[in-house]
Amino acid sequence: MNMVVKAPVTRVRPSPPIAMLAELTHRCPLGCPYCSNPLELVKGSDELSTAEWIETFRQAAELGVLHLHLSGGEPAARRDLTELTKAAADLGLYTNLITSGIGLTEKRLNELAEAGLDHVQLSIQGSTDAMADRVGNYRGGYARKMAVAGWVAATGMPLTVNAVCHKQNMDQIGDMLDLAVQLGARRIEVATVQFHGWAERNRAALMPTREQVERTTALVEEARKRLEGVLVIDYVAADHHARYPKACMGGWGSSGLNVTPSGRVLPCHAAESIPSLHFESVRDASLSHIWYDSSAFNAYRGDDWMQEPCRSCDRKHIDHGGCRCQAMALAGDPAATDPVCVFSPHHAALAEQATRDAESLETDFVYRG
Amino acid sequence: MTEDTAVETGGNASTPDIVIDGATVAKLARGVKLREDPVRGQTVLLAPERALALDDIAVAIVKALDGVKTLDIIAAEFSELFGAPKDDILADMIAFIREFSNRRMLEIAR
Ligand code: SF4
Ligand code: SF4
Repeated sequence: MNMVVKAPVTRVRPSPPIAMLAELTHRCPLGCPYCSNPLELVKGSDELSTAEWIETFRQAAELGVLHLHLSGGEPAARRDLTELTKAAADLGLYTNLITSGIGLTEKRLNELAEAGLDHVQLSIQGSTDAMADRVGNYRGGYARKMAVAGWVAATGMPLTVNAVCHKQNMDQIGDMLDLAVQLGARRIEVATVQFHGWAERNRAALMPTREQVERTTALVEEARKRLEGVLVIDYVAADHHARYPKACMGGWGSSGLNVTPSGRVLPCHAAESIPSLHFESVRDASLSHIWYDSSAFNAYRGDDWMQEPCRSCDRKHIDHGGCRCQAMALAGDPAATDPVCVFSPHHAALAEQATRDAESLETDFVYRG
Repeated sequence: MTEDTAVETGGNASTPDIVIDGATVAKLARGVKLREDPVRGQTVLLAPERALALDDIAVAIVKALDGVKTLDIIAAEFSELFGAPKDDILADMIAFIREFSNRRMLEIAR
């Protein structure tokens, strides 16, 4: 009998993380129908304390994190937001506030600027108050956002506008780009709704048509040239109509980490949708241990975990097999090929469903509760 | 400054007509920071959603952009410091500044 000698598995030590997304709270006054927070929200009483967050930031800086995104929910719902920002800035972290604007006052923004906040990312749900307030399910939200943008501009902090687009507001993208310029934004992120979690319930009211996607892509390309030097446009296209999946953040566990309001550390914001993974908390373990040694972060690093057709595909280092959370949701297996990929056996069904949803006349939303 | 070292940042109506040349004065835009990155042993330029590892020359340029000195003056200083022709340095700097200004990472003060 032949003995098969297996080479010892030597894992290359992953490089340190560049960015950390701190979901300070899940509390949020808006009710967007595509909310990316998990279906089960962390209660206010389970949130990390001020001291616990600051200790987490310290460990992150030590680990090599450069960018810290303060997010939520609505981070302004945390009363210690300024204190947290100051602590992070003092640690040398580049601090970015990702906000809906609701809960921010002029006074609070000035305090944040003074505390060392580097950048503000403000979401908009449309280019008119009728659209934006209906999508966010918050009357007066649009007007508030416009005021917030003005206060940010007055502090001199750079502003990025985040526009999440879908079937019902996609035809306003051109106007949203103009709005971003008017508001003095240096950047806009146009991202198409991701159909995970809550958005899944609103597929028929959100899924853009292929024609809309093509029009938007052309419009963005034209605007990039026209607005060079004025507005930087980052665009994440809809993937349900694509041939290949989007790359998962440069690879699972390769560049960033997410901390939930209660301190669980995730390789990506949607990772809790994968039931086979166990996520450790900053309350029980160091960030360094979690990043380098935890099972969840190592689960889909590299390509040993890949199945066919990814395993022998020459795009595997480009897209890393796509999104693990989407594979879980649509193929029932987190290690499967992302069904967005044309080589996935589930692709045809996904594309058909996307076309059906895109053609649906449904306009009512089930708002995030 | 000579006419042929002038570079325009784009040619159409809605782009501000900024000419970058030896008389340009620039500095890092608010929200853009140069930082040591001891974990990776490099110097990085941090901006919204961007972290760029800079080489020594880029670091020297960024540090020299103080919002006061013109590119001409900086190029002359570098020329002495590194013993390279001033015009070559100026041309490199203009290309660098144009690129970073298009990414909205620099403020052109003049
Ligand atoms: S088979 Fe896998 S690696 Fe190849 S393109 Fe599709 S998702 Fe990417
Ligand atoms: S697994 Fe999916 S949701 Fe998570 S980061 Fe990767 S692409 Fe995004």
